[in-house]
Amino acid sequence: MTDVLDPPIHIEHHDGGHEEHHGATGILNWLTSTDHKVIGMSYTVTSVIMMVIGGAFAEIIRAQLATPNGSLVSLAQYNELFTMHGSVMIYLFAGPFAFGALANIIVPIQIGAPDMAFPRLNALSYWLYLTGSITMLSGFFVAGGAANFGWVAYAPLSNSLNTPGSGADLWIGGLLLTGFSAIFTGVNLCATIFYLRAPGMTMFRMPIFTWNMLVTAILILLAFPVLTAGLIMLYCDRHFGTHIFSVAGGGVPVLWQHIFWFWGHPEVYILALPFFGMVTEVIAVFSRKPVFGYKGMVFATLTIAALSLGVWAHHMFTTGVVLLPFFSIMSLLIAVPTGIKMFNWIGTMWKGQVWFSTAMLMSIGFLFTFLVGGLTGIYLASPPLDFFTHDTYFVVAHFHSIVMALVLGAMSGLYYWGPKITGYLLNERLGKAQFWFLFIGIQVFTFPIYLLGLYGMPRRVAVYPANPQWKALNDLSTLGAVLIGVSTVIFVVNIVVSWKKYPAGDNPWDAQTLEWFTTSPPPHHNFYRLPQIRSERPTWDHNHPEHRTLHHGEHDVDPQVPESEGEHV
Amino acid sequence: MKTEAKVLLGLGTFFGLMCAVYWNWSLENAGGVMMFAGMLLCFLPGSYYFWWSRRMKPRPEDNPQATQTQGAGVVGAFPGSSIFPFVMGMGAFFVVLALVFGIWLLVPGLALVVWALLGGTAEGRRGGHH
Amino acid sequence: MPTPALPPQGAPDRSRRWRRVRRAAALPLAALVLSGCTVPGFGATPGDTTSSQSAYHLWQGFSIGAVIVGGITVGLMAWAVVRYRRRGDHIPVQHQYHLPLEVFYTVMPILIVFGLFAATLVVENKETSNPKTNVTINVNAFQWGWQFIYPGTNALVYGQTTQSPIMEMPVNTNVHVNLTSTDVIHGFYVHAFNFSRYALPGVVNQFTFRAQNTGTFFGQCTQLCGLYHSLMWFRVKVVPAAQYAQWISTFNNPADAAAAAAAIKTTNEELATGVASKASYTKFGR
Repeated sequence: MTDVLDPPIHIEHHDGGHEEHHGATGILNWLTSTDHKVIGMSYTVTSVIMMVIGGAFAEIIRAQLATPNGSLVSLAQYNELFTMHGSVMIYLFAGPFAFGALANIIVPIQIGAPDMAFPRLNALSYWLYLTGSITMLSGFFVAGGAANFGWVAYAPLSNSLNTPGSGADLWIGGLLLTGFSAIFTGVNLCATIFYLRAPGMTMFRMPIFTWNMLVTAILILLAFPVLTAGLIMLYCDRHFGTHIFSVAGGGVPVLWQHIFWFWGHPEVYILALPFFGMVTEVIAVFSRKPVFGYKGMVFATLTIAALSLGVWAHHMFTTGVVLLPFFSIMSLLIAVPTGIKMFNWIGTMWKGQVWFSTAMLMSIGFLFTFLVGGLTGIYLASPPLDFFTHDTYFVVAHFHSIVMALVLGAMSGLYYWGPKITGYLLNERLGKAQFWFLFIGIQVFTFPIYLLGLYGMPRRVAVYPANPQWKALNDLSTLGAVLIGVSTVIFVVNIVVSWKKYPAGDNPWDAQTLEWFTTSPPPHHNFYRLPQIRSERPTWDHNHPEHRTLHHGEHDVDPQVPESEGEHV
Repeated sequence: MKTEAKVLLGLGTFFGLMCAVYWNWSLENAGGVMMFAGMLLCFLPGSYYFWWSRRMKPRPEDNPQATQTQGAGVVGAFPGSSIFPFVMGMGAFFVVLALVFGIWLLVPGLALVVWALLGGTAEGRRGGHH
Repeated sequence: MPTPALPPQGAPDRSRRWRRVRRAAALPLAALVLSGCTVPGFGATPGDTTSSQSAYHLWQGFSIGAVIVGGITVGLMAWAVVRYRRRGDHIPVQHQYHLPLEVFYTVMPILIVFGLFAATLVVENKETSNPKTNVTINVNAFQWGWQFIYPGTNALVYGQTTQSPIMEMPVNTNVHVNLTSTDVIHGFYVHAFNFSRYALPGVVNQFTFRAQNTGTFFGQCTQLCGLYHSLMWFRVKVVPAAQYAQWISTFNNPADAAAAAAAIKTTNEELATGVASKASYTKFGR
């Protein structure tokens, strides 16, 4: 099989043609690196640390709620805790992990590019993210403490009258930095995917993960500037005497919610789509089949993105000032493309050869958990049902089902691509232990609080009436949170125990897409050689030419002749 | 480039339709303006790609029968190590801290930003390290 | 190239997979068994007003749909994971499309969604309607308590945090509520009425209850409003009409009358400003 061609693609060099990297070592190397793999790894490590910090806040919250009149923390500290738990998890963990960590490393190698389109901008994105995180978290060290108005910072609660103090301003400042970080990453992803694909990789031959990252990048560009503008307005209200969001000066508090949620709803799809992409890749590889309904997946992703800009006010149904039927039908419709994806995932496994590596277990766990979260979301799209679940633990349970599903997807991505990035596999037995603690912990954490919300417990409360039923449900949920914490410990242990222990090789999973054609880890500028690209599975076609995708109408299993026999050098 | 154009123009058209329905039905201005802006954001690069895709020669990545030799040669400029992203990041950090802790922080902040802009531009013109 | 084995330190564990299958099957089976003959509430309660019961029935309808769709999907997942688990080394047939099936699971959900939307509209229109009434209560939320003013009478109730002020209203009567806030956004939530609405500064949200059962029902602020948000409690007390009239008349001594008149005047000013300047925002607030 000589469809792998030398010479390699040429990279412009200015230092005499040396392939190897001569330059600074150690910390200076890290500070000046523009290599997407290094930047992506920095994002991964930083965002996982943020996940642990946010998780620690969660454990304190659950400990406080273990008793009705808990006094582990004061009322003021509790408001800081849930605000920073949500803020750290969404702004500093889930977002950066979704579009800055694995995407940064994997998208260029999935499309055969030597790096991202704008490497220095990529590095800047990381530094803005790191400094933004430090800024937001430093609120804990100023007088008045960290931001305490919820991760959504509704006006007028977030104005200078009701929340004086620097913690709130540090929160705003941190988000300005991380917001620009995200926008620059969106630019980089779009440019890379539009301009740096390898020969033969047409748009409809890109892996689904790359498609999802493209749509995520477009959503970032559509949504994040809106948040940035809103934050600047909030800062002006707080410090420059404007009255954009306060009634006294002729402003409209609910305008903040419109602006925030116009960003906020696309944001949750920005968080979700990358993990949808990861899970799609994993399920296909570990079923030994192509992605089922590839084109349907692409159109479903585009439909989700399109609809996501029209549903924001389903977070505002109880304000009484939004057009209920419009947002209700749009929100219900978003279930349709999501359902298409769900059935395509099942279709990928169908009649496959499903094998249960840790990555695959995490993806299957994702399917179930996301189904639960998605179905409960449908209730919330109906205003009469939202009226009695909004701001209760039912909503908390719904979105935790969703984000914990995304965590399962993240773990799936890490176990799947970890070997490609580092060159080493993680221990499978520990991985499976982590999976079971995580999966069971998630269900034990979320199911009781669905009921708790339906029984009337509001969210963002530090204490609750002494009701044995509520206490029992809270305790059960706390137990689930503990199990999730244990799974995180197992994950860290796994990384330590497996450190440089199990060499992976180029393609330990017999995977399908282009990144598995290169070495683990990839060399500087990613590829020594590229295969011929004739489908969305160039590595699979190269390794299994007799098992190409069946096209519509074909039912043979006979080996097919590779298309372009004449490309010998 | 045609698919890229269609993706962006398709999204933009959808946003335009959604905006028309929403703004007329609700008479609510914030959402209407934001949806309209979203439509413009998609039409800007989308129409450029649409116009350009009809004039350009097909690139190797748009050709389903392309071979890897067709992609040989300079793919792009990929600046190697550079201190300026870090400098710019630190500058932005200080500028934001100035919003919280005092105007005086704009001095180091803007100094670092300007250094990064000048240095980074010069580096880009020079070619930079690899 | 042979099917890759899992990396050396772990082998697929069959007993764990069987546990997964049993777990996946348990939920729909339990639901079937537990449902008996009456339609279960799926966690919600009918509540004590006419609209709470409509919302409850809508919840039940959505839940039946969710159980069916969820059950089918989980069933398919479980089947795929059990029936098609790896046996041997051969590479399966590389199907990628099945157009009729894909069209089916695109069109079916769209139809289901329109059905859910139609049911939603029916209940929503009923719940947001404002029928004629002769009992009105102006509710003012503030940091951190509630004020209930009864225009046309001298009745005025005020309480902070755990004092849990009582909003008294007559049973089997349409009661119109005007809800606003004097500072930040609060949430007016009564679990037994299956209802909540934001109290927005500068805006008057209007809605109507028709309580069908007497009793005292717990209420709480559900929108984060600062330090004592967790303790911003109130109660709604539904009483027979005669008892309500008698309670109103207990406010008729001169001191109460003066206090009520002053409070009503302030609230009316706020309401007037709120309604006049924010008319476009209250257009869909009913």
